[in-house]
Amino acid sequence: MHMADALISPAVGGTMLAATAGVAAYSVRKIQNDIDEKKIPLMGVMGAFVFAAQMINFSIAGTGSSGHLAGGMLLAVILGPYAGFLTMASVLLIQALFFADGGLLAFGCNVFNLGFYTCFIVYPLIYKRLTRKGINSGRIFAASILSSIIGLQLGAFSVVLETLLSGKTELPFSAFLMLMLPIHLAIGIVEGLITSAVVVFVWKARPEIIESSYKGKEIVEGFFPGKEIIGSSSAEKEIIERFSPEEENTDTSSPGKSYGNVPMKKVLVSFIIAAVIIGGVLSWFASSNPDGLEWSILKVTGGTEPEITNSEPETSNTVHKVLSEIQEKIAFFPDYEFKADDSVTEKSGGLSDEEETWPAVSAETSVSGLVGGALTLALCVFIGLIIGLVKKKKMRKAV
Amino acid sequence: MPDIMNSLYNIRLLDSLARKETPVHRMHPLVKVLVTLIFLIFVVSFDRYEVIRLMPFFLYPVIIFMLSDIPAIPFLKRIMLAMPFVIGIGILNPLFDKHILLINGVAISRGWVSFFSILIKSVLTIAAGILLIATTGMDKLAAALRMLKIPKILVLQLLLTYRYISILMEEVARTIRAYLLRAPMQKGIHRSAWGSLAGQLLIRTYDRGQRVYHAMCLRGFSGEYNTGDNARLNIKDYVYLLCWALFFVVAKIYNIPLIIESILAGVIR
Amino acid sequence: MSHHKLEFKNVHFTYPDGNKAINDVSFCIRHGESVGIIGSNGAGKSTLLMLMMGIIFASHGEILVGDTHVTKKTLPMIRQRLGMVFQNPDDQLFMTTVYDDVAFGPRNYMMDEEDVAKKVNYALEVVGIPHLKDRAPFRLSGGEKRSVSIATVLSMQPDILIMDEPTSSLDPKSRRKVIDLLKSFEHTKIITSHDLDMVYEVCNRVIVLKDGRVMADGAAEEILVNGELLEECGLEIPLSLKSCPKCGSTIKRVKECHIENL
Repeated sequence: MHMADALISPAVGGTMLAATAGVAAYSVRKIQNDIDEKKIPLMGVMGAFVFAAQMINFSIAGTGSSGHLAGGMLLAVILGPYAGFLTMASVLLIQALFFADGGLLAFGCNVFNLGFYTCFIVYPLIYKRLTRKGINSGRIFAASILSSIIGLQLGAFSVVLETLLSGKTELPFSAFLMLMLPIHLAIGIVEGLITSAVVVFVWKARPEIIESSYKGKEIVEGFFPGKEIIGSSSAEKEIIERFSPEEENTDTSSPGKSYGNVPMKKVLVSFIIAAVIIGGVLSWFASSNPDGLEWSILKVTGGTEPEITNSEPETSNTVHKVLSEIQEKIAFFPDYEFKADDSVTEKSGGLSDEEETWPAVSAETSVSGLVGGALTLALCVFIGLIIGLVKKKKMRKAV
Repeated sequence: MPDIMNSLYNIRLLDSLARKETPVHRMHPLVKVLVTLIFLIFVVSFDRYEVIRLMPFFLYPVIIFMLSDIPAIPFLKRIMLAMPFVIGIGILNPLFDKHILLINGVAISRGWVSFFSILIKSVLTIAAGILLIATTGMDKLAAALRMLKIPKILVLQLLLTYRYISILMEEVARTIRAYLLRAPMQKGIHRSAWGSLAGQLLIRTYDRGQRVYHAMCLRGFSGEYNTGDNARLNIKDYVYLLCWALFFVVAKIYNIPLIIESILAGVIR
Repeated sequence: MSHHKLEFKNVHFTYPDGNKAINDVSFCIRHGESVGIIGSNGAGKSTLLMLMMGIIFASHGEILVGDTHVTKKTLPMIRQRLGMVFQNPDDQLFMTTVYDDVAFGPRNYMMDEEDVAKKVNYALEVVGIPHLKDRAPFRLSGGEKRSVSIATVLSMQPDILIMDEPTSSLDPKSRRKVIDLLKSFEHTKIITSHDLDMVYEVCNRVIVLKDGRVMADGAAEEILVNGELLEECGLEIPLSLKSCPKCGSTIKRVKECHIENL
């Protein structure tokens, strides 16, 4: 489920990074104001716990296979949504850096897919609702399974959207969706079962741990188990009051709450604007790229002789023209043609375009690309080898 | 179990690589983060049918790799390990995009071209990520994040998570070992022990979190995390950033492989 | 130097679950003393330390550091003067490099990075580990970790050192190093441990706890040879003080006895 850099476009990656930054900034402020600083080391070790727990293989009876925990829902339940989201973000960053599991540009996408839906959609709307009438094993079980499944489905759907918007794969929307959703349904059920088993156990052994995330405050001293039992009517009321959705709304609009000196609304709005601008700029950057497919795809209309269509597509703006002029100046092959990519617009190529005859390519330009590419690669390696030789010589001198 | 050992080995390897002393390691972490991000954006911004134009970008990982004394085999292994997902998605391209391109008389499916494009992009991006962490290390990376105005809470929490990963992984390894010694015929943890095994671990983790919190408080922690002064960027760092940025821009605008080839063609003629 | 004293006056503490962990404890530790607090598991040693450091607060009675009461308000001041070394170094070393960990405390009290560097280097020097400065705590050996956790406390230049099981799970050589280090400090020291041989070597005064009460408080040489008392509190006479199985002589003479036999 972790998206790789190679599958996203800068526009999608940048937009999601900005969106994640916005949610993270909001969560940081929430933690600073609402939750005592005790949570910070707890978030740290819980992040590490998720790593460690991912290494445990839970065998699934009757299937001969085993599953493991992803941990998003567990973090939300133990730490609450804000701390849970931030912890998920640092877990994913370390995974991206140390295990190349998910890319750095795709970091925003991954945090959003795996953290946002669980912490800010599923947790308040499903988990909280199902358990707010008091906790018992059955409710935890149902809430965990349902939240894990829905959280993962939302995440998987989001992966599909992000991938398709990036336009790096040819997968049709429906096929991709049919591939992702069932797989993540199975994963979600396993995740839900494990999460519920863990939460039920912790709740029975140390109720105050589960309870503290509900209250958002006040962790009972943990050296010895405190015995505050949840379910008393006053505790229930508090839970309902604290986490009813209305509270969220009044909260964000209340002028007293601020991030630094800036009201929260402004912060959020500016992040949304930033996300839109970044997305817009980066997508322009991507589409106005002047390279196109110089050496390959040239569409040919049916029946006629292969002919090079020299139509400048929609992207022809001034910057484009300037760039293409530069390109022409440095083009040493006289017959080299500058082409912008017109095929990107056809999303699900193939079936509908069948009447089209085979596109042909000017042989000279295509070969030129291939040889040049190979030469460039060889040059890179050559430079690397020279650096290696120089270093070895230096080492010898030093010795 | 081998999973845990592999992961631990991997973290420790990257950690010890990050403590080497090479020109790349000595660069300011902020500059390395920025160069990596610019590199990623440029690589990813290439169109889905682009293969040849990506070649010049290999210069960056090759040079950093050679300068930074990173052992080749673990480096290549890490890249390979990260590939399956990308290959899994990318391999569907040839299935769905059956447009045929005639290249030099040879018919090639457009889907394969885009598949190769994805493959090369993922090698480049994954290599860049590994090189960043292997030449910088978590603590310096955190300093760079602080300079990028990432909130202190986030950075502190990131450091804490990183710090405790190996401890908790070792704890999990011990727990699983103890479990398997008494349940020799099982492949994984049986359903009856799911909750108690992972739950106990969680409780121990929770208590540890509180002890760590106390240890922090006893040394004057009050919710503010104070980092030391960050080293300033010097001219060398700016030059490094500028050179790479310039190279990426040039490789994006000009078709370097074509230029190289035409020069060669001119020479031959 | 009255401000270095640490005093418990009729202190009681009950955990939320009703466990009465500390029951009417009183004592006074003066400047320069090194005191061992011993007792079986669950006797209340850890609770006592937490009360000292203000991690938890007494339900009854008062605790004074110098002339200051330990309360929420006075905590920053008190914690600067008391330095506590945890039993498990992994709980105490939470940063990613040794330097950052030792600098954590000083940075919280002052901003000037130059002063911080001075204090860190001093602490590392005292403990004898300047070479570990840039290492990651999770890659150190048990003995090295212990040294680093002592350094993290020394960098804050406390008046009173408090140690929870400083020699637990160390190999003999590392244990010896820690003991020598402790003996070299001129701070007021409060040490809890089950390693009674170490207590005998490092401490001149011993407080024995049982079920949250003080059972004995006196000179180490007297208490640690009192077999009956120690037995009653779930402890036993340290090996170095036991009679020699061969000749029946005690302590220092044990060594001589064996040397003679060799």
